[in-house]
Amino acid sequence: MYEGVVQNLIDELGMLPGVGPKSAQRIAFHLLAAEPTDVKRLAHALLEVKEKVRFCRVCGNVAAEEECRICRDSRRDPHVICVVEEPKDVVAIEKTREFRGRYHVLGGAISPIDGVGPDDLRIRELMTRLADGRVTELILATDPNLEGEATATYLARLVKPMGLKVTRLASGLPVGGDLEYADEVTLGRAFEGRRLLDV
Amino acid sequence: MSLYRDEGVVLRTHKLGEADRIITVLTKRTGKIRGVAKGVRRTSSRFGARLEPFTHVDLQLHTGRTLDVVTQVETIRPYGEALVADYPRYTAGVAMLETADRLIAGEKEPALRQFLLLVGGLRALAAAEHEARLVLDAYFLRSLAVAGYAPALDACARCQATSVRAFAIVAGGVVCGNCRPAGAAVPEGETLALMLALLKGDWAVADASEARHRTECSGLVAAYLQWHLEHGIRSLRHVEREPAT
Ligand SMILES: [Zn+2]
Ligand SMILES: [Zn+2]
Repeated sequence: MYEGVVQNLIDELGMLPGVGPKSAQRIAFHLLAAEPTDVKRLAHALLEVKEKVRFCRVCGNVAAEEECRICRDSRRDPHVICVVEEPKDVVAIEKTREFRGRYHVLGGAISPIDGVGPDDLRIRELMTRLADGRVTELILATDPNLEGEATATYLARLVKPMGLKVTRLASGLPVGGDLEYADEVTLGRAFEGRRLLDV
Repeated sequence: MSLYRDEGVVLRTHKLGEADRIITVLTKRTGKIRGVAKGVRRTSSRFGARLEPFTHVDLQLHTGRTLDVVTQVETIRPYGEALVADYPRYTAGVAMLETADRLIAGEKEPALRQFLLLVGGLRALAAAEHEARLVLDAYFLRSLAVAGYAPALDACARCQATSVRAFAIVAGGVVCGNCRPAGAAVPEGETLALMLALLKGDWAVADASEARHRTECSGLVAAYLQWHLEHGIRSLRHVEREPAT
């Protein structure tokens, strides 16, 4: 345990994903030794991202304006929506250059054990987007792990009465992984060979 | 014991760092264990799928200083595959895993009966021969019984009288008119019969029960379970009941 303010910083850093107590301590002491101007720049970047970046009101992706770059792009196919868990999944799929439709970011996956149910995700917003019948295909690109699969099952059942084509990314994505770790070629192939979901 | 082998059901996983995962497993011989599986979240790892919740695995671990390290995994039965394709079954399964994790508090204390009960419960859920919520309620009642909290269902929990009127969680089950505390629930007779059938594994009676008695039974069982576990079962709120047929 360290003096108040130092321990405070270690505690705060330790709450970041992927940062354990040891790394938190290392980062804290690195910052203590760094030039004040460098630390100010980091602090400014942290505040700026909270002030300026928001979530697209249509798809939930990160956006610098009311709507994200993809939703504002009229060249993107409005008939296909690809559903993902997190904004970082949009980045991973965009890298493959296989997909020219629109996205919908759920903000996570259904995880009853963590107390996260369908109502805690942006599912109502998705249903609103589908209501006008313009969308003909829904691609469920949630993570290829248990929670991602369960979320896909839930969504497929929910939209079934709407009669649209519902597909799931093809195998090739090993089960149990995070979508963001899939390489571009594998992810691109998974898109091409997506399979029809029938519930 | 630096290297050991056991079979078990993966109850929970937590992300650790960039690509590792901490897994909680209820094993056959060792009891509940926690171990770290390295690199499993990278999609190139063949380990990942085997170490998902619900999977019945054969494991080899290295005893570590704080956490044991998984060195080998083979799948015995991947129950998750069947459950995840059916939302009500999946949610019932999650509640089962959470309850097992909560009922078995200590690590590395053998809990063979709880292990067998969990495997039986998952097998029944995946086989889809009975309504998912009935299987879950049966699992709740039996795992509570194994833990020493079996509810009294055929005679008064306090005086053993056989003419029972109400169900009182604080009394430990059904109670007679004389022993009945204030606030005790008064369920229908068929509901109590269903509870008893689920506890004993009388599926002919359970499968023939009516929807309203099932709903009432689930409510009582859930209340009884949550009273015996200090904190509620988080996933229980998200368990979906199959539409009555
Ligand atoms: Zn957008
Ligand atoms: Zn009595």
